[in-house]
Amino acid sequence: MAAVSPERSAFSAIVIRDLTLAFRHRGEIANPLIFFVMVATLIPLGVTPEARQLAEIAPGIIWVMALLATLLSTETLFLSDFRDGSLEQMALSSESLWVLVLAKILVHWLISGLPLTLLSPLLGVMLSLPAEGFLTMVASLALGTAALSLIGAIGAALTVAIPRGGLLLSLIVMPLYMPVLIFGASAVQQAVDGMAVGGALAVLGALLAFSLLISPFAAAGALRVSLHG
Amino acid sequence: MTIRPLLECSRLSFERDDWPVFAGVSFVVEEGDILQITGANGAGKTTLLRMLSTTLSPSEGRILWQGRPLSECLAEYRSDCLYLGHQPGVKTALTPRENLHWLLAVHPRHADRIDHALSQVGLFRHADSPCGSLSAGQLRRVALARLYLSEARLWILDEPFTAIDRAGVGELETLMDNHAARGGAVVVTTHQPLTLSPKQLDLEPYGRCIA
Repeated sequence: MAAVSPERSAFSAIVIRDLTLAFRHRGEIANPLIFFVMVATLIPLGVTPEARQLAEIAPGIIWVMALLATLLSTETLFLSDFRDGSLEQMALSSESLWVLVLAKILVHWLISGLPLTLLSPLLGVMLSLPAEGFLTMVASLALGTAALSLIGAIGAALTVAIPRGGLLLSLIVMPLYMPVLIFGASAVQQAVDGMAVGGALAVLGALLAFSLLISPFAAAGALRVSLHG
Repeated sequence: MTIRPLLECSRLSFERDDWPVFAGVSFVVEEGDILQITGANGAGKTTLLRMLSTTLSPSEGRILWQGRPLSECLAEYRSDCLYLGHQPGVKTALTPRENLHWLLAVHPRHADRIDHALSQVGLFRHADSPCGSLSAGQLRRVALARLYLSEARLWILDEPFTAIDRAGVGELETLMDNHAARGGAVVVTTHQPLTLSPKQLDLEPYGRCIA
C-alpha cells in the first residue's frame, strides 16, 4: 500500500463518506436547488415578465436566492453526525478536528454551492440577465458560495446542540454573509454595466481566503464546545 | 524503574449548570485491569466516561496518562484509547463495511482486517447492506467490531452490552479478558454482572466514591 499521510487519508475518508451519504439522500440535496429554481420561475410571474425590468434586478435576485439556498442546507451540516455519535468519534480522533471539519465543508460546497453555480446560467436566462453578466455571475457564485459554506459552518457548529437552532443560526450567520452578498451581486451588476469586475471578484477571493483560514478552526472549536454541553 | 499506572484519576468532580454530578472520584487503572463502573441512573457514569474520553474536561481534579497530565499528551492519549459511547457513531445510511472504513481512517488501525472483524461479530453476511436495515443489536455490533481492529491500549466502553444477545455478551467478555491479558485495560459501565470479576468503582450521586 502506498504511504498516505494519516491526515490525508482521514480527510479523504470523510469526503468519500459524506459524498456517499449525500448520494443516498439525493432528495435532501435537491431541496435547496429546487427552491433556487422555483423562486427564479416565480419572479417573472409575480413581478414582471418584461425583460428590461427583469434584467435590472436579476443580479441581485440570483445572488439572494443562492445565499438563502446555501443557508437552507447549512443547518444540517453537522446535525446527523452530532445525533448518531459520529461527531464525538471525529472529535476523539488523533487527527486534528479541523481537518475533518474542512472535509465536511468541502463536501457541503460540492453538493450545494457547486450545483447552484452550475445551474445559475439557466436562471440567468429565465431572468433575462444580459449576456455580458453570465461569466462574472458564474465566477462570483463559485467563489462566493464557497465562502458562504465556510462561514455557515461556524454557525452550524455553534448551534448544533441547540434544539431548533435554525433561527439562531440565521441570526449568527446573516451578518457575516452580507459582505459576500454585496460584493457578489455588485460584481455581476458591474459586468452587466460594462465596467471592470476585477475589483469585486478580488474582494470575493479575499473573503474566501480569509474564511478558509479562520473557519475550519473556529468551527472545530465550536463543535468541541457543543459536545461539551 | 518504577512502573506507572496507565491511568490515574485523582479527585475528579464535575458540575453541570452549577449542580455537582459527582465529586472526589479517585481511581487507578493499571495494565491488565478491567474496571467496572457501577451506580444508579444519573450517578454520572456516562459523564465520567466522556471525561476519560477527553470530550468533557473535569471541573476539578486531574487525569494522568502514564504519569503525564492529559493536556501534555492529548494526541498520544487519543490514539491510545478507544471510546464507544451510548451513541455508537454508526451512520444508518452506510453499510457496516463503509462505517468501519471511515471510523478506521479517523482512528488509524489495521483497516485490512475489516472482513475478519465483521465475521467475528457475526455481521459478515450483512457487510454490504445498509445499517438502517439492521436491528439495534446488530447496529451495536458494528461499533463493537472496532474492538477487533483496535490497537488502542485503553478501552472505554459505555454500556457495550445494550441490545446484545447472551452469546454476544460472552464473546465480548472473552474479548475484554484477552485484551487485559495482553497488557491492555478496560473501563466499562454496565448494569449486568460480569463473569470476569473486575475491579469495581461505585459512583454515588453527590457522594464519595469507593474504589
